[in-house]
Amino acid sequence: MTTRTTGLPRSYLFTWAALVGLLAATMALAYVPMPGPLNLVLALGISAVKALLVLALFMKLFRAPALTRAAAAAGLFWLAVLFALSATDYLTRKVEPAGDLSAPTGREYQQGDR
Amino acid sequence: MSDAAPASQSAPQPEPQYATVEQQAEAASFGMWVFLATEVLFFGGMLLAYTWLRANHPDGVAEAGRHTTVVIGSVNTLVLLTSSFTMAWAVHAAEHGRQKALTRLLSATALLGLLFLGLKGYEYHGEWTEHLVPGLNFHQDGPHARTIELFYFLYFLLTGLHGIHVTIGIVLIALLAVRARRGAFSARYYTPVEVTGLYWHFVDIVWIFLYPLIYLVGRSGP
Amino acid sequence: MTTATVTGKPEEPVVATKNYLTEGGVTLRSWLLTRDHKRIAILYTLSITFFFFVGGAAATLIRLNLVTPPGIFTPDIYNRLFTLHGVIMVWFFLIPSIPNTMGNFLIPLMIGAKDLAFPRLNLLSWYLYVGAGFLALFAILIGGVDTGWTFYTPFSSLYSNGYVVLALAAVLAVGFSSILTGLNFIVTTHRMRAPGMTWYRLPVFVWSNYATSVIMVLATPVLAITLILVAAERLLKVGIFDPALGGDPLLFQHLFWFYSHPAVYIMILPGFGVISEIVPCFARKPLFGYKFVVWSSIAISVIGFFVWAHHMFVAGISLYAGLVFSLLSYVIAVPSAIKVFNWTATLHKGWISFDAPMLYALGFIGLFTIGGLTGLFVANLAFDVHVTDTYFVVAHFHYIMVGGMVSAYFGGLHYWWPKVTGRLYPEWWARIAALLIFFGFNLTFFPQFILGYLGMERRYYSYPPEFQAWNIFSSAGASVLAVGYALPFFYLGWSLFRGKRAGANPWAATGLEWQTPSPPPTHNFDRTPTVTRPPYQYRPEPEPQDV
Ligand SMILES: [Cu+2]
Repeated sequence: MTTRTTGLPRSYLFTWAALVGLLAATMALAYVPMPGPLNLVLALGISAVKALLVLALFMKLFRAPALTRAAAAAGLFWLAVLFALSATDYLTRKVEPAGDLSAPTGREYQQGDR
Repeated sequence: MSDAAPASQSAPQPEPQYATVEQQAEAASFGMWVFLATEVLFFGGMLLAYTWLRANHPDGVAEAGRHTTVVIGSVNTLVLLTSSFTMAWAVHAAEHGRQKALTRLLSATALLGLLFLGLKGYEYHGEWTEHLVPGLNFHQDGPHARTIELFYFLYFLLTGLHGIHVTIGIVLIALLAVRARRGAFSARYYTPVEVTGLYWHFVDIVWIFLYPLIYLVGRSGP
Repeated sequence: MTTATVTGKPEEPVVATKNYLTEGGVTLRSWLLTRDHKRIAILYTLSITFFFFVGGAAATLIRLNLVTPPGIFTPDIYNRLFTLHGVIMVWFFLIPSIPNTMGNFLIPLMIGAKDLAFPRLNLLSWYLYVGAGFLALFAILIGGVDTGWTFYTPFSSLYSNGYVVLALAAVLAVGFSSILTGLNFIVTTHRMRAPGMTWYRLPVFVWSNYATSVIMVLATPVLAITLILVAAERLLKVGIFDPALGGDPLLFQHLFWFYSHPAVYIMILPGFGVISEIVPCFARKPLFGYKFVVWSSIAISVIGFFVWAHHMFVAGISLYAGLVFSLLSYVIAVPSAIKVFNWTATLHKGWISFDAPMLYALGFIGLFTIGGLTGLFVANLAFDVHVTDTYFVVAHFHYIMVGGMVSAYFGGLHYWWPKVTGRLYPEWWARIAALLIFFGFNLTFFPQFILGYLGMERRYYSYPPEFQAWNIFSSAGASVLAVGYALPFFYLGWSLFRGKRAGANPWAATGLEWQTPSPPPTHNFDRTPTVTRPPYQYRPEPEPQDV
């Protein structure tokens, strides 16, 4: 794994090269028009791959004890809970028209945005 | 986490509550991972806010994203990715007891961190002159002005909190570099290097996700 | 018992001359810079007691105000009083109460370790707590906060005229304190157990604190970020929670309750742990269904994260979300009920002695059951619409928090008092206090169920005159409760100097903590113990041995 002269493990160099490559890819893709939120979804997918590379190789997560992997998984699982259960509200909430209120209600801006 | 004894070169001794040095090292590393799980939810709460904003005001967020300085953001991503690489290399050097390489690699990592902060500061300055700082000097026109303001509200909090993490990381790594120079670490004892490395990689991962959310959103638009 | 082969049989009533109180000096400096988990636990106990009386004083004034309808305070002062009561009691008493005092003291002893994994973090955690406490007191002294402990936006961020940012900073700091504690407990439980101390040989108290720590570590950061968002919104007058800017105030409530509902389990789970230690000891029987008790703790700490929006049924969330969260809230009742069944089954045909810790434990079981069952009432969508923001809810959570948690705290305090101080407390005084607390509590809070059902809104300084009779009952109960809480302060203080020497194991209890002298030596055990048996190996015995 280690080259004698530099003491640099090749896998680290490859990881770095892959990360930079993915950075270039995500940048380029961001400028390609795609429908809806696809640009962002794709960009986040690439981010996930980058993060996985850092976790797996730089942080040696996949060679770490099961306990360590459990700690990392717990963080992600609870983050998923936060998002998923919030979504039960946000994906199904219907904002009722505020009617004839003079004070700002938030709704007019929302409409202006779309 | 950094509760680890400064060990002498030859026979490192564990702190009194531990039976062995190995137990101490395992505890330190596991402690850091638990801390990082905490950090995931710390940033996660704000990412939920971002998600809400993007879902409810997509056009405004897209327009706001086009106000950001994509060049600086991308260069900074490159800087942090590279610093993660030098950090991983530093841990590797520590593992093999190469003191000189360790000192140099830690210094390089800290310097890359400083470069990141410098660029970030320059970017903040630009945003100030463009009247993009909510609550202090925000002034934008157009139908999406309020969403842009909310976007920048989250932008400054996210990058600000990330910046604080970077700053803490730089300080920790610089201190490690000084200790490494004095020969505090050896192939048998380098727990602080390893644990700080985990932290630094995590800070990098946070940025990996912030980068598209801030700089790339809306780029394909008009 | 638990342990069987503990090396170095405890030399009975002889007082250990070298113990954690005397070793390492008795100077203030030696205490303020200590890394000994037992000394840090004492520091926590002292500071938590102080905040308990601060929060209690506010409660007294609230009940005083509610004796007569217009009250004696202005609405503004009343708002500040109940905010003070809530903030102090939730974050400066309930959250840290059992974990940071008894957990800190006992976890290393119970698992046969010399200390927690990170003693310096432990001390840092205490300093954060104390610093945060003083910040909160400072905010109160210069004018107070009127938002309620929940800091709901946009009132807290845009309209309140209190010192909200200071209070937010205080809660943020105490939150980091609790994250550090949780982290320390998790690593300690995983990495510091003595040889032979397998997971299923751990006392339930350790399991409970472990489950609590998981919540502390994973929920508190979300609170932290939420408070930062509110503070930024208040300082900049711009923010994501402001509907006038197109933001969403309900987002605040989602984030806040993502922490604050699990936080209820931070408050109650350690209490479950204490009760699971006391009940087998004073019934002289092994804990019934040990594995069920253990796994129900873990289940609570996980499912506890799935129910938060039951606090928002009438706040404007979607009906679908209401259904989902209502259903999930019913699910969480299952593991809690399992525990109650197991304690009851442990009592069944037990050789029960009614010492003060047991009185508190029995009180806990009864009051927690009432609190839990009324929790099912409010988990029901339709019923909740009727009682939201009424005294019904106030009574419900006080049955859990005060009837449950504070009883457990006092039960544990009496149970381990001999271990911590090396002295016995006066048993009869303790029994009187336990009974006073039980009756005072019920007199205070049962009328509030009725008041809430009849429609009395919480958080108002005044109320329609027809509610006065029940309010007088409630305030009378609060005075009894106050006497009950003040008593231990005196007789426990007395026992520090005059109490009988306790010896290593005055209750003839199992558990590693009873195998070492009282008070324990600095590093807990002369030689690291080896554990060979599961916990709670009690057999019926005529009486705990006399000391
Ligand atoms: Cu709840």
